[in-house]
Amino acid sequence: MDFFVESLPIYLNGAWYTLLITVGGCALAFVISMVVGVVGTLRNVLARVVALAYVEVFRGVAALVLMFWLFYALPLLTGYRLEPVLAAILALGLNVGAYGAENVRGAINAVPRGQYEAGIALNFEPVQRMRLVILPQAWAQMLPTFGNLIIELMKGSAVVSLIAVSDLTFVAQQMRTFSGQTLLAFLGALVMYFVIAQVFQFLMRLAERRANRRLGRDLDKPLFRRAASATGGTSKGGEP
Amino acid sequence: MPQSDDNNSAEVPKAREAEEQPLVRFENVVKRYGDNVVLDELDFNVLPGQRVTLIGPSGSGKTTILRLLMTLEQVDDGVIWVDGDPLSHMYRNGALVRASQKHQRGVRKKIGMVFQQLNLFPNMTVRRNITEAPVHTLGMSRDEADERAAELLEMVGLADRIDEHPTRLSGGQQQRVAIARALAMRPEILLLDEVTSALDPELVAGVLDVLREIARTTDITMLAVTHEMGFAKDVSHRVLMFDRGQIVEDGPPERIFSEPREERTKSFLHAVLEAG
Repeated sequence: MDFFVESLPIYLNGAWYTLLITVGGCALAFVISMVVGVVGTLRNVLARVVALAYVEVFRGVAALVLMFWLFYALPLLTGYRLEPVLAAILALGLNVGAYGAENVRGAINAVPRGQYEAGIALNFEPVQRMRLVILPQAWAQMLPTFGNLIIELMKGSAVVSLIAVSDLTFVAQQMRTFSGQTLLAFLGALVMYFVIAQVFQFLMRLAERRANRRLGRDLDKPLFRRAASATGGTSKGGEP
Repeated sequence: MPQSDDNNSAEVPKAREAEEQPLVRFENVVKRYGDNVVLDELDFNVLPGQRVTLIGPSGSGKTTILRLLMTLEQVDDGVIWVDGDPLSHMYRNGALVRASQKHQRGVRKKIGMVFQQLNLFPNMTVRRNITEAPVHTLGMSRDEADERAAELLEMVGLADRIDEHPTRLSGGQQQRVAIARALAMRPEILLLDEVTSALDPELVAGVLDVLREIARTTDITMLAVTHEMGFAKDVSHRVLMFDRGQIVEDGPPERIFSEPREERTKSFLHAVLEAG
């Protein structure tokens, strides 16, 4: 027990870096997913080829190797050295963004054709149609996979320990070296990763429910199980 | 109008002159899906204010006509004109070339459509379903669009459901909202594509009543594909019988329904009335 009490601040510090890289990586991956994913659904062939090329290249490259390349090789080419945290965020964001783009593209294509046609019949411009009609409906479909990708990215962030960023994994290895308590040192990291994953999972579930309610699904289910009366205000409960 | 003698005999609202410019004109329109010719050099006109019902066996090209007019599909040959402007094409250096998307947007704003599959936007309330397009594409203010939405919902009998989610409405109610949504754009031409076919039988009457009311109180031009022959009889000025991508018979509903001249019309009507 003493081990955990004494080492908690160190683990928390490691968790901070893990979180930082996860959040940064997710932000980058999200932007890439949306842009590349939407471009992948355009009618313009060139646009689609560019999107496809991005996905194939960055999905096929190991995040770890990409990070090494950004951190060790890029300075040789450009003379600039990236901060290790930044190199990690870039590598993870670029890699996971490729998966995310496929998710976005698939979700957009899954919106029923009739919705596009109704958008044409109401004379929306293509950008308005995407923004007002298609993306809000595709959003609910994207979220579950985005949730998984966030967790994947969070666990993948462990690779930064290899370029000496003191994230959770790095901290666990150091604790093991200094204390000799192999079991406990890695148990601490396991627990911390699990807790962080739970937090992300909870937030994503909430976002999924909200997205479904906006599409008129599950209106009778409360957003939070216990606060049913507080959030049930949108539904009048009248049978159609 | 070469293909039929009674094209002009169709009853048109009295204030209108027979020689006025057609609002819709199909000129030798051809539409193919692969080897399947859906519309075969189709020629016909619709005058302003005319309400036209398209009937015929499935696969005869009726729905394709509406989809071409709404620019959901593009012609393979021929030209579609709307109010004197080409819809499928545009002028460039005096010659007709394929229309750009932008050109089509400019012309099709005169056209509204209601679909068999309802197609309300599930991510919006009833109000936003109706107001979003006028606000974003016509530049209407929110207040004005809200006011118009309230009026239209009143007309379709759903004034109290304005802030409801479409998923909370029955199919018939959703279709009435879809009609209000199309009218909110103040189209000159309303396309109705089998708007009651996907509804439970007991919900059909409510939707047809709304359409009868629109026919009675407005002079909007309608092109309707329907299997509701009673409705076609009540509302339309003119019935076009299609078969294999061609107009087989063209005339006022009283004549077509009571004394069809063509064998194909007779057998089609017989089959439909049997089923109904």
